[in-house]
Parts: sequence; structure tokens; C-alpha cells
Amino acid sequence: MPYFELMGFGPLGWGWYMMSAAGMTLAVSLSALAIGAILGSLAAAAKLSRSRVAYGIADAYTTVMRGIPDLLVIYLFYFGGSLAITVIAQRILQSNQFIGVPSFLTGALAVGVVSGAYQTEVIRAAYLAIYPGEIEAARAFGMSRLLVSRRIILPQLIRFAIPGMGNVWQAVLKESALISVTGLVELLRAAQVGSGSTRQPFDFFITAGAIYLVLTAVSTWLFHRAESRASRGVRRA
Amino acid sequence: MNFYLTTLVKLLTGVPLLLQLVSLSVSLGALLAVALALMLRSSLSPLVWIGRAYVFVFRGTPLLVQLFCIYYGLAQFGAIRNSFLWPILRDPFWCTILALTLNTAAYGAEIVRGGLQAVPHGQIEAARAAGMSGVLLFRRIIFPIALRQALPVYGNELILMVKATSLASIVTLMEVTGIAYALASETYRHVEILACAGLIYLSINFLLTRGLALIEHRLSAHMRLPKLVTVDATHY
Repeated sequence: MPYFELMGFGPLGWGWYMMSAAGMTLAVSLSALAIGAILGSLAAAAKLSRSRVAYGIADAYTTVMRGIPDLLVIYLFYFGGSLAITVIAQRILQSNQFIGVPSFLTGALAVGVVSGAYQTEVIRAAYLAIYPGEIEAARAFGMSRLLVSRRIILPQLIRFAIPGMGNVWQAVLKESALISVTGLVELLRAAQVGSGSTRQPFDFFITAGAIYLVLTAVSTWLFHRAESRASRGVRRA
Repeated sequence: MNFYLTTLVKLLTGVPLLLQLVSLSVSLGALLAVALALMLRSSLSPLVWIGRAYVFVFRGTPLLVQLFCIYYGLAQFGAIRNSFLWPILRDPFWCTILALTLNTAAYGAEIVRGGLQAVPHGQIEAARAAGMSGVLLFRRIIFPIALRQALPVYGNELILMVKATSLASIVTLMEVTGIAYALASETYRHVEILACAGLIYLSINFLLTRGLALIEHRLSAHMRLPKLVTVDATHY
């Protein structure tokens, strides 16, 4: 079948299928980014804290997650998660069935945990970039810790973290392709399904690649805009 | 404990293939990266645009998609299946090498470009004043300084490549992840086996970071403060 008919939105076209798969890629990537943001904030707080134990745990987390392949983490969550749930079900429900974990959940968790390790460093560096005198001044004004966080730290933290977060997001978007190994029908998996039933693998994979390219290009643009918006009150040298 | 030991030994048999994939693709990728970086810095705008398009495409798409395009995708075309390249493009090893090389070259190009950009202008002017030009200038002045600047970032790329080789298992290569997956499907002890595999990657990356730190230390002798020599005055 000619390319445009194959990827079109007609009765025999795969256009809608690929589009919905792109939606799935976005959904799973956004979930992973959110999970990573929570973990990254916690780990960054632990790394900045005075507690050596907390620092050690956070440091081990970032070192391990950045040192092993993402694919391994995805397998670990996919099989490990299923195993854990099966064991729990055996204990509680006395069932001997193997229970699979939804691949969306394990995929988002696995990519999220990996991206959390990278986000830790982004958030930590952003925090350290805040001029400590401003925090001291806010304290001297009598602001409570919570108010200082909300008024002084958070707005600057976000501004300093945007470029790094942009990089992490790009990585998450591309890593989400690995979730296809668990059977979640995101872009790459959809392309595999399509190429399997039409024997036109190149057309499908190149289309998937083009959609990834659009997604990354659009997000680069959005992050640039966010960056200039967040620093609109900053005087340029 | 015995189980872990035998698992580790079995997984370690995948390390030579892993190192082969990394060393081949990183060295080929570095060559391509230098060529691309020179293109990006050239004054001919078509060359600059080709370089930019290359970097944009290969950095903007997942490595796995690139690998699938090469390994599964190219078979769609009869012309390629009948060409002299087919024995290479049919082989998962060479397809992985090709994908890894093309991918790392895009990241490497930006790193090398950054390194070249960081060479102080005064150094180049001084070299020109001393009568160097062209290849000699590049070989003696620009390249060593750029290399020193780019090394830490290139080290990160190297570690990313070690991790990226795990994708080779998806196209049937039996490197560490491939062996781990096969072992896990035999024994159903996924968590333990995958953790062992993780340990191997972690050790390789640990050794790499140490080695790179050592090279960096040696290459920056001129930037270190001289060692303080304390003289005990009471002896005099």
C-alpha cells in the first residue's frame, strides 16, 4: 500500500491508531515525569538536609538509577511488580493465579523512578542557585518557613529548574519507547503491531520516529517559552 | 548464595559483547562526531544545515526507534535486500553498531562543537602569530584544548552508551541484559537475576567514571595548584 494511504485516516489507514498511540506515549511520559518530580523533590530535599542517613539513601538512589540501563529498570518493575502482587494475592485471597500488573502503571513507575534520579540533581542545583541572602532576608522579615518556601524559594526554584527539566522531559519522552517491551500500546508498540500486519516496517517505524520528533520539537519550543516567561522579571546583563 | 554466584558468572559472559558494542560504536561515533562538529562550525551554510538536521533527527527520536528502523525497517526494500550490504544489515550485531554509532555521533557532535567553541581565542591567535596554520594549528593547539574541555561531557555520553547497549537484547543479541532475560524466563527468578545484571552495569560504569576522572586529572596538570612543600624551619 502506498505510504499516504497506509498512514492516512481512511478505512484502511493506520492514522488514528498511530495518533491514539501518540496520545498514550504522551500520557505515560507525563505520568512518569510527575512521579519523577515527586521522587526528585524528596531526594533533593534529602541530599540538601543535614542528615547523613538521608543523604546516603538519596545518593544511593541517584547513583544506582543513573548507573543501570532503563530497560533493566522497566523489566524489574514489570516482573517484580507482578511477582509482588501475585505473592500478596496468594497470601490474602489464597489464589494461585499469576496476576499481571497493568503495563501503564509499571512503565510510568519505572521511567518515573529513573527520571526522578535525574530530577534530583536538577532540583538540587536549582535550589543551590538561589541566593541565600534572600532567604535570610525573608526570615528577618518574620516570614514563616512555609511562607518563605512559597514566596521566595519556589518561584526561583521553578525558574532555575526549567532548562534542566526540559532535558529530563526529552529523555523521558524517548525512554517511554522502551515501555513497549511490556506490551503497552504506545507509539513504538503501535508501529510494531502495524508493521507486523502490513509488512511495511520501515513506513511504520519512520512514522513513529517522525511523531517523536514532532513531540520533542514542540516541547523544546514550549520549554523555551516557559523559560523566557519565568525570567521575564529578571534584568539582563 | 550459590545461585547468585552462578548467575553472576553466566551474566559476565555477556560483558565481552557489551564492551565490543560500546568500544566500536563509540570510536566510530567519535569520528563521525568530529566530522559533524566541523560541519556545524563551517562557513558553508548547506553543510551547517545538514549537520543541524542530523543532530535534530537523531537526538529527537528514541534510540530504539532508530534501531528498529535499521533492523526491521530496511528489510522492507527489495533493493536493500538484494544489495551487497544485506549481509551486514541483516546481522543484529552490525545493525546495533550502526544505530548506536549514528545516535552517539549526534550527541558527540554537540559535545565536540562545545569543546571547540571553548578554545580561547588568544591561544589560536598566538599560534597563528607563531606561524602555525591549518592542520598543524588544529593538531597542536585547538584539538588538545578542545579534547580537555569536552572530556567530562564525553564521559557522560560513554556511560549512556554502556546503558544503551542493553537495547541490543531486544534485537536478539545476548549481551548482559539478553542473558539476564533468558535466565529469568528459565527460572522465574526475575528480580534476583535482573538485580545481578544491574550490579554488573553499575560496576562497569563505576570503573568508567574512575578511569575518566584519572584521565581528566592527568590532562589538567597545568590547572592544579602546585603542591605545598612545607619546610621544617627548626632544622636550619
